[in-house]
Amino acid sequence: MSVGEALPHESAELHVTGEALYTEDLGARATGLLHAWPVQAPHAHARVTALRPAPAYDVPGVVRVLTGADVPGVNDSGVKGDEPLFPDEVMFHGQAVCWVLGETPEAARLGAAAVEVDYEPLPALLTVREAIAAGSFQGGRPTMARGDVEAGLAASAHVFSGELDLAGQEHFYLETHNSLATVDESGQVFVQASTQHPTETQEIVAHVLGLASHDVVVQCLRMGGGFGGKEMQPHGYAAVAALGSVLTGRPVRLRLNRTQDLTMSGKRHGFHAQWRVGFDDDGRLQALEATLTSDGGWSLDLSEPVLARALCHVENAYWIPHVLVHGRVARTHKTSQTAFRGFGGPQGMLVIEDVLGRCAPLLGLDPAELRRRNFYAPGQATPYGQEVRHADRLERVWEQLLAFSGFEDRRAEVAAFNCSHPHARRALAITPVKFGISFNFTAFNQAGALVHVYKDGSVLINHGGTEMGQGLHTKMRQVAAAELGVPLELVRLSPTRTDKVPNTSATAASSGADLNGAAVADACRQILARLRPVADRLDAGTPWAEVVRTAYFDRVQLWAAGFYRTEGLHWDSTTMTGQPFKYFAYGAAAAEVEVDGFTGGYTLRRVDIVHDVGDSLSPLVDLGQIEGGFVQGAGWLTLEDLRWDESDGPGRGRLLTQAASTYKLPSLSEMPVDFNVALLEDATEDGVVHGSKAVGEPPLMLAFCVREALRQAAAAFGPPGTSVDLASPAIPEAVFWALQSARCGGRPPARDGAAVEPEAVDGPPLRPASERATARLEVPVVDGV
Amino acid sequence: MDTPTATVNGTDRPLAGTPAYTSALTWLRALGLTGAKEGCNEGECGACSVLLARPAPTGDLAGDGADLAGGGAGTEWTAVNACLLPAAALAGQEVVTAEGLGTSRDLHPVQRELAHRGGSQCGYCTPGFVCSMAAEYYRPGRTANGTADPEHGPNGFDLHALSGNLCRCTGYRPIRDAAFALAAQAPADDPLAVRRAGPAPRPSPGRNDAEGAAFVRPATLADALAVLAEHPAAVVVAGSTDWGVEVNLRAARAPLTVAVDRLPELRGFAVDADRIELGAALTLTEVERALDGRVPLLAAAFPLFASRLIRNAATLGGNLATASPIGDTPPALLALDATVLLAAADGEREVPLAEFFTGYRQTVRRPDELIRAVRIPLPLAPLTGFHKIAKRRFDDISSVAVGFALDVADGVVRRARIGLGGVAATPVRALRTEEALTGRPWTEGTVRAAAEVMAAEGTPMDDHRASAAYRSAMLGQALLKLWARTDEAQLDLGGRA
Repeated sequence: MSVGEALPHESAELHVTGEALYTEDLGARATGLLHAWPVQAPHAHARVTALRPAPAYDVPGVVRVLTGADVPGVNDSGVKGDEPLFPDEVMFHGQAVCWVLGETPEAARLGAAAVEVDYEPLPALLTVREAIAAGSFQGGRPTMARGDVEAGLAASAHVFSGELDLAGQEHFYLETHNSLATVDESGQVFVQASTQHPTETQEIVAHVLGLASHDVVVQCLRMGGGFGGKEMQPHGYAAVAALGSVLTGRPVRLRLNRTQDLTMSGKRHGFHAQWRVGFDDDGRLQALEATLTSDGGWSLDLSEPVLARALCHVENAYWIPHVLVHGRVARTHKTSQTAFRGFGGPQGMLVIEDVLGRCAPLLGLDPAELRRRNFYAPGQATPYGQEVRHADRLERVWEQLLAFSGFEDRRAEVAAFNCSHPHARRALAITPVKFGISFNFTAFNQAGALVHVYKDGSVLINHGGTEMGQGLHTKMRQVAAAELGVPLELVRLSPTRTDKVPNTSATAASSGADLNGAAVADACRQILARLRPVADRLDAGTPWAEVVRTAYFDRVQLWAAGFYRTEGLHWDSTTMTGQPFKYFAYGAAAAEVEVDGFTGGYTLRRVDIVHDVGDSLSPLVDLGQIEGGFVQGAGWLTLEDLRWDESDGPGRGRLLTQAASTYKLPSLSEMPVDFNVALLEDATEDGVVHGSKAVGEPPLMLAFCVREALRQAAAAFGPPGTSVDLASPAIPEAVFWALQSARCGGRPPARDGAAVEPEAVDGPPLRPASERATARLEVPVVDGV
Repeated sequence: MDTPTATVNGTDRPLAGTPAYTSALTWLRALGLTGAKEGCNEGECGACSVLLARPAPTGDLAGDGADLAGGGAGTEWTAVNACLLPAAALAGQEVVTAEGLGTSRDLHPVQRELAHRGGSQCGYCTPGFVCSMAAEYYRPGRTANGTADPEHGPNGFDLHALSGNLCRCTGYRPIRDAAFALAAQAPADDPLAVRRAGPAPRPSPGRNDAEGAAFVRPATLADALAVLAEHPAAVVVAGSTDWGVEVNLRAARAPLTVAVDRLPELRGFAVDADRIELGAALTLTEVERALDGRVPLLAAAFPLFASRLIRNAATLGGNLATASPIGDTPPALLALDATVLLAAADGEREVPLAEFFTGYRQTVRRPDELIRAVRIPLPLAPLTGFHKIAKRRFDDISSVAVGFALDVADGVVRRARIGLGGVAATPVRALRTEEALTGRPWTEGTVRAAAEVMAAEGTPMDDHRASAAYRSAMLGQALLKLWARTDEAQLDLGGRA
């Protein structure tokens, strides 16, 4: 039984030897290849008043300049009609206005530098706060409501209000965006792309080229990481490569270098949140009113569903009787922010975790106790009306983690350390995760698979999901082997292609194994059903290969197309109610940090995790997702720091952190020194493939405990009961200012219970670094804690 | 160098006609060796890491510069960022890539541990990790002592070997476990282990012309100085870790590039009674190994300097010549009162480092001069410290760096040298703070007063790394932190001079 076995990644041996091929490596093996290079605009917002490609043709090796005039179909790279591929109006600094094809990357680069473009600069909005002040929004403005929030607040013993600016995040997949396009003798376009959504890449290539979908095949061999960044964003690049190939008849490679990728592709949405919250005397949440404004960048992209998921997770694991949450998407002159592991869930959940972290000291409660006290109980429903099935798992996860991590003993050790070390503080924090699994948009919850059994008994499977490192293909082989009852070695998997399984959904929303696994299983079961009469005629124990061979001579169809759709889902995006999720994944994590009082620098001493993956399909793969998701989440919350030029100077709108030297993601030094992960016991999930749960996204949010531990450590520099506002990301500088403020007794959120006024955002910003100095000098106001 | 070649995975490959701007990574990939990947093209992610056969520093290297110049002692497999290294610089050298270590049917021990322990997910960074890990696997000085600490495995594996490799998928734990699971020594018949006994190849001197530009590796210092005298606009590269970034990210192109990293005259190492002399073309790794803790201030600074991959290529002279305001060796060397020896065709001059930097990325070095060596006067000040403030502990650029060297005797500060990086257009000495300390009793009161002075040193700016306010605050905290350390340790400072 290969399901449940701890196997390494199915390509691991190809990875370590450099034999695994990625789109870029295919390009290195192609002949007659042309290379595409963008002409990037040096303005955050400008009208293109003239574009003169002619000088580029004077550069030796330049073959073609692609402009909007070359587009035979629709000049748009998205699905909303708001993303012109060759724009007349520049909407962010670094946007490509045209592309140059050259015999070498050097020729293409020099050609791009030679293209003359005239711009008429226009005013640009950079920050969410600027967009809010200017009333610059895009898309729908959903509201999620339950109960009577005003009555709930009025009845609360304690009411607090505050705001939070939380930063976005760059995907920083190691493999940047990459497409390789060719055209065959019949005019069929073949695009090999690093894409999580081959079907949508196919559709957009087709509509840009004015072709039907059957004229375009998209293949994704594997990706060097995706994390959501290749769900919507690859399409335009694939379309440019395809357009170049159609126009020149030659293979065209389009690979963004790291700077181009950072300056052109979308990122995790930063958010601004304002909130007002009520607790009873025991610290039980009574009411939450909040306005969440995401920074959508220049176009809608996936901003609406990201916002919907943020709203659907704003309460995380906690029961709140009265809820009123408004959401909106700011339109700014930045890259078009997009899907990123967690898809708005992390941003929504960070709001309530920030609220609890800031309010616990003001309520006189231990943060761990405050959290636990507010867990959902069985039978309770989310604000959007879905019952929280298996809510008891929150308690089980928590209990298992407290024991697993030695939480209580270590808390005493932390306290002892803090008494004996004047210049350092440690803290131990624990936070839960409840994450809904399924695409909010019901139609996406379908998948297809193709399973061939050959006469010799060998099996070839293909499915609609893509491999980006998450181990989906490993799991799919395991599912097929288990379903067919054959050894894993008999099952081979072929790369994802749109001419094998059509109309696929993005490999996203953690759903890859759930959806495609069920489709693979469906195909296998069809084949087994056809083989059964044959096997019944043969002796028991007849080898698989012989059964198959006999079936062939009986003219039994040995291959099948499998299909799956998740039953029971519905979602009304106008009322923000329904049953959008098949189930919830649960987890909790405890982090211990040590903060240096001189610098705000810190180390992550130990992390313990208990996570619910149902019955693991592939424990080594799942462990990798949990650990990797956690560290990526910790990076988002404590290290990764996107900065744009927000000045009024000529560089306004330019991404300042546009290289690996300036945008720092976790390295080995950020790995917890002691890192322990356990899976929740007795966690079988009904009605899903082999009792397993999705694991791609939920672990990212386990990292809240790191941020809360930093907050608690900073607070420990102050008197007991100090509430600490911690900027996000909590880089050492942010932690330093937080601990300095704690030394002054802290600056708690206003506790006057004043109404949330979404339009009034001219309060002191939490984040802008230049203003931190004044903030730290302010005399702390502790109004009657 | 009529037909310059490099040996790649045991096969000679031609280099003629390779443009000077072509990196070793691009060149290797064009050969079909696509295991090494471009992740960032600036030496930050390590996805392009490959192994080079370089001279192995062995034992006490004092006065043994010939070994470091190659051809003498054995060979060490050294991991470097192929994206920063000009392909033309490989002439005469030996390269091993992930493909050369093993195949999927015959995995190298490093590959086996990584593959089977879940050390790869998307796999894009993996060949680079494999090479960095293999370099440490083969490191002659790696000794297993059976105990682990956060940065060392029981097999003696130093995790800093992987500090220049980024993985976005795994969270690193399985990679660390793979590294710590490696055998204490490579099998005796392992071909790369065997190769270490022979001398490292000497890079071939010569000239490579392509696309109207030339890459020149002079054979001797005199040759190099003659070329520079004739071509003042030539770009001098040693490790090329700075110039490589300019080429890759800012499309810098030079008509003439002159490689000086293996000039024997620039690779000396000598310890006399009154000074240490470090060859300018020694890599930071070589300096670190050669000093072997002899200069505690530098020993504290080296592990924080970029990554092992960079330190394996970057040279001390290069770090000074690029004159970054935040280069990490200048604050330490300023505190050590180091001097710079500048060689020209007509002779050599010695310049105090404090007078070397003249402006943002400008120095007193004339175009016809090369830094030959750096001198550190002895004896060293007894109380030293190096503080680096950055967002990330491994492989980050300082927002502030501070080097302290204090001579405290009989409870009084006799002499103070403090070097600062990241707070002005050049690395600077904290002269007013030095003055506030000198001649005063080494007490908390003196320290607090001097810390206030120090907080006002330099002219820090706001940028994406840190705010000016934080930089100033960190200057103010640095002395307090140093005091706390010495105070906590109850040092008998008077007795240690």
